[in-house]
Amino acid sequence: MTANGWFQIAFFLLLILAVTKPMGVFMARVFNREKTFMDPALRPIERLLYRVTGVDENHEMRWTEYAVAMLLFSAVSMLVLYLMQRAQAFLPFNPQKLAGVAPALAFNTAASFTTNTNWQNYSGETTMSYFTQMAGLAYHNFVSAAVGIAVAIVFIRGLAWREVETIGNFWVDLVRSCLWVLLPFCIVGALALVSQGVVQNLKPYDTVKLIEPQQVQKADANGKPVVRPDGKPVMDKVTARTIAQGPVASQEIIKEWGTNGGGFFNANSAHPFENPTPLSNLIELFCIFAISAGLTYTLGRMTGSPRHGWAVWAAMAILFFVGVSVTYWAEARGNPLLPGGVDQRVSAAQSGGNMEGKEIRFGIANTALWATVTTDASCGAINGWHDSFTPLGGMVPLVNIMLSEVIFGGVGAGMYGVLIYIVLAVFIAGLMVGRTPEYLGKKIEAYDVKMAMLVVLVFPLVILGFSAISAVKGFGTSSILNPGPHGLSEILYSFTSQAGNNGSAFAGLNTNTLWYNTAGGITMLVGRFLMILPMLAIAGSLARKKYVPASRGTFPVTTPLFTALLIGVILIVGALTFFPALSLGPILEHLLMAAGKTF
Amino acid sequence: MKKNLVTAVLMTIATTILLGIVYPLVVTGIARVIFPDEANGQLVQRNERIIGSRILGQAFTGPGYFHSRRSAAGNGYDAANSGGTNLGPTNQKLIERVREDTASLQAENPGRPIPVDLVTASASGLDPHISPATAEFQIPRVARERGITEEQTRQLVVKHTVGRQFGFLGERRVNVLELNLELDSNYPLKETKR
Repeated sequence: MTANGWFQIAFFLLLILAVTKPMGVFMARVFNREKTFMDPALRPIERLLYRVTGVDENHEMRWTEYAVAMLLFSAVSMLVLYLMQRAQAFLPFNPQKLAGVAPALAFNTAASFTTNTNWQNYSGETTMSYFTQMAGLAYHNFVSAAVGIAVAIVFIRGLAWREVETIGNFWVDLVRSCLWVLLPFCIVGALALVSQGVVQNLKPYDTVKLIEPQQVQKADANGKPVVRPDGKPVMDKVTARTIAQGPVASQEIIKEWGTNGGGFFNANSAHPFENPTPLSNLIELFCIFAISAGLTYTLGRMTGSPRHGWAVWAAMAILFFVGVSVTYWAEARGNPLLPGGVDQRVSAAQSGGNMEGKEIRFGIANTALWATVTTDASCGAINGWHDSFTPLGGMVPLVNIMLSEVIFGGVGAGMYGVLIYIVLAVFIAGLMVGRTPEYLGKKIEAYDVKMAMLVVLVFPLVILGFSAISAVKGFGTSSILNPGPHGLSEILYSFTSQAGNNGSAFAGLNTNTLWYNTAGGITMLVGRFLMILPMLAIAGSLARKKYVPASRGTFPVTTPLFTALLIGVILIVGALTFFPALSLGPILEHLLMAAGKTF
Repeated sequence: MKKNLVTAVLMTIATTILLGIVYPLVVTGIARVIFPDEANGQLVQRNERIIGSRILGQAFTGPGYFHSRRSAAGNGYDAANSGGTNLGPTNQKLIERVREDTASLQAENPGRPIPVDLVTASASGLDPHISPATAEFQIPRVARERGITEEQTRQLVVKHTVGRQFGFLGERRVNVLELNLELDSNYPLKETKR
């Protein structure tokens, strides 16, 4: 670990601190339908969209109609994405003439991008046409983020509004998210990324005449290496290579800004065409947290208690810092199993540490920071392979997702996720003093707590259920790349990531199989919509309630004590649920690695 | 329900046109005008042929070149098939591979510790860089093969070493492709050797 590494981490957190208030105020204005400086450009587009889609922007919805509209939109757009992949051979912008995507994979991908997960059982550059990437995948990066933001705003309205039956209009919240919060920044941000070297074009892949001809293992038609009778591989000389291209920057920026995480290329943000410089890396990291940090301020502002927003922010920042510290420490220590002649120490001439699956330009500090940020949020983009992290370094991303990604979290999803924990925190505080709990002037009653517990219980049920099946059945274990406890970590990470709509992976696990495509697709849909529905129900229930002024018995939600209680609840719920599984995976692997054991 | 279903269909179509087609095409158009080189991948041309991209690594395994890191992109530095090994830290395959590489590198440069990035695979499989330590490790071999002094070689390495961006972002690194290209133009290998 170096002073410079810590400074980069601190600098990043300061940037997030700085953007929280402006972003939060802006979003509060957008969703309260107050004036913003972007109105002259965006209002005409907004009105046009309402006219062609038949939306009455003054219509207010009950939570049930809101939920129906949200589900219908998700279902229709998911179906379109499925069909688009299947038919991409007949659609434009396909210079590589890529064939239609197979049904199971197309289903998994459609579920994945509709749910803001961006789990990828394919390599972008060999599977998806430019049209599918732009109009299918990047499009869903916008709208799935917008749906998440809309649900978070509805929850905040539930707290802020009093004695009303309605909670807003889904179509209006969706359109305003897309037009005000997402699109303008993406145009500017995409160009900033291009300036660093992120590619943006629609041309066919380039062919390169190599500077030095390359010796590669000869492969047969099925991709299996050809070997001589004595077991040595047959070599082949390659003189030309293909460079994959595409409209990357426009997708890269919304992939981070909307915490989606689905890479244009297989290597995601480790690919030099997606993330070429340390500055592009910082821009992308900033994008992952900016909206979610801003929403804490939106929460405070719309409910009339800015200090509460900051108390939530503080809890998130503390958990973030603990996570990034552990990962940075674990990765900087390196891998003790490597032979003694290998120098893993940090020096002026190298960043050292565990460099398997990491890029030189990012080194240890920026890869550890990225792994923490991408799993604190439900982003799932990667700039180094988590599967090759040390056991403890790789456990932090896994734990972050297991805590339901509430450390700033996915856009919208992080906010409504943490609100569930807050409901539990004030409920527990209420139990301790024997009073009906209140939160920001709303009584938290049996119905609300039941719905909150539904959210908390569905999540581990799908993760542990599907992981258990995969760990004992041949169709599950045959996909494992790394044997030993690491194999269990791969399976556990896979379902945790999909249930949490994260999308990062211990990518050695081959999940492009019928079992993982199907089980994963179901996991993602459950992890998204079975979370959102109880959330909307709580929002509807809260909005109906009377305002109860704070009294001496009210648990204050603006103090360090509240921040500590919230952190405690998040950690206890997560630890109680997942500790046994973790101890069989990464914790066991760490102990065995220290004992010098390999698999 | 029915009204919302109609709206869902129309909204999907309208927003797909705006966000899925108009937006990326507008960005492509602007990018092509203001950052044409970057938008197209910073391709390097020699004699009217593309020979690489400045920001994508190539294999380089001959003794007269600075070698790139290990790559798991396709069958090695396949820029249409990016990826890493995904080998876990306790996987025997990883440990065995590093042990073999370490043995051959120690034979090449006895007594020197081997920088970790020289025996590990990058994340993208296309990492254009090596650490300054890895470049330094290879200077004696490259100088010998090209018949030049180590000092001459080191000067080129220093020239192609990039510092931290704005003095603090990222890590110091050496661009292998640019370094090897300049070696070829300044101190070409004898044709018989190729």
